[in-house]
Amino acid sequence: MAELTLEIATPERLLLSEKVSEVEVPGKDGYLGVLPGHAPLISELASGVLRYVAAGKTVHLSVLGGFVEVLDDHVRVLADAATRKEEIDIGKAREDLRKAQELLNNPSDIDPAQALEDAQKAQALIDTVGR
Amino acid sequence: MPSLIDIRRRIRSVKNTQQITKAMKMVSAAKLRRAQERVIAARPYSAMLKQIMADLAAGAATDENAAASPLLAVREEKRIQLVLLTSDKGLAGAFNSNLIKAAVKFLAEKQGAEVQMVLVGRKGRDAFRKRGAQITAEHINLLQKVQFSDAAAIGQAIVERYKNGEIDSVYLLNNNFKSVMAQTLSVSRLLPVELPEQKEPRDYIFEQPPLEMLERLLPRYLEVEIYRGLLETSAAEHAARMTAMDSASSNARDVIDTLTLNMNRVRQAAITREIIEVVSGAAASD
Repeated sequence: MAELTLEIATPERLLLSEKVSEVEVPGKDGYLGVLPGHAPLISELASGVLRYVAAGKTVHLSVLGGFVEVLDDHVRVLADAATRKEEIDIGKAREDLRKAQELLNNPSDIDPAQALEDAQKAQALIDTVGR
Repeated sequence: MPSLIDIRRRIRSVKNTQQITKAMKMVSAAKLRRAQERVIAARPYSAMLKQIMADLAAGAATDENAAASPLLAVREEKRIQLVLLTSDKGLAGAFNSNLIKAAVKFLAEKQGAEVQMVLVGRKGRDAFRKRGAQITAEHINLLQKVQFSDAAAIGQAIVERYKNGEIDSVYLLNNNFKSVMAQTLSVSRLLPVELPEQKEPRDYIFEQPPLEMLERLLPRYLEVEIYRGLLETSAAEHAARMTAMDSASSNARDVIDTLTLNMNRVRQAAITREIIEVVSGAAASD
């Protein structure tokens, strides 16, 4: 069976390099599914849940912004930050989300775009755990 | 002739110093290993980023606005930003003075232009404050625990200034870690970005317009380069300190050897003198 090589790197480390059969990444304009034999593609990433299937098992990760490139059955994910499901601190994520939402509700002295981004990041972490 | 007690005291003090230098060497060796691992861990991202950059650049080349992109456009170098990375602590041999010397040389080479400096590390900051250089920003205590967020903050401030036209180019001066014995200084231009060699263009699907993505990717490239510079400099610092402390320890051993020889000589002289006194005393009483 044809396989994809999935590589996920953050500036600090290479998080993952694995043979997978299917990947779904949170593209900026919506989720993108990648199967073996996909055409070359480059996209920006939003904050969201990355899902991949390796050896019949589905794994979820959170990815917070970045870029993805698909080329010759290589999927390279350049994430600004990425966390495995089991490493997520759910309490902190909920707290961050609450804080960001609070800021969004009274947008006086803050940068709303920044608060929205923070809220999306926290939501992505919470969504990942929920899968 | 110094007395026996004085020499013994000196030997003890040199031995204490040697213990400290030995301990510092061990600590640096351990820190070096960790720093090296982090340099290696950061490589895949940087390599992947460069590849995407090349592919995007090939895609954006057809865009007529590409030449106008602020981070790519080459302007006349009137105001230059130099980012100098030094360490916060001394006792690392010529590590910091080499960096500072290279920076001074850089200033001399770019005499026609106005050079503004971003200084990372206490040693560089102190040196250029004294010289009265133009300093835009100072960051100290970053190298103990290099974090990407710190590099990103430095990078963002620079990109901001560059986009506002406050500076025309950005250079990074840092120490690259080659091996424990060899560290090399490197001066590299960060902005305007020199795009990597373009490969044959592939037929990519771009989810967003390539130029837009490239413009968002370039600041990230700058941040990653600064991050890499910080990691390399930190590794090189530990390597330099290790070498310096190693030679300090062996120098201490030499000093101890000489002092011990000296001490034995003095001791023997004292014994000889005593024997002569006893013998001559005995001869006199005969």
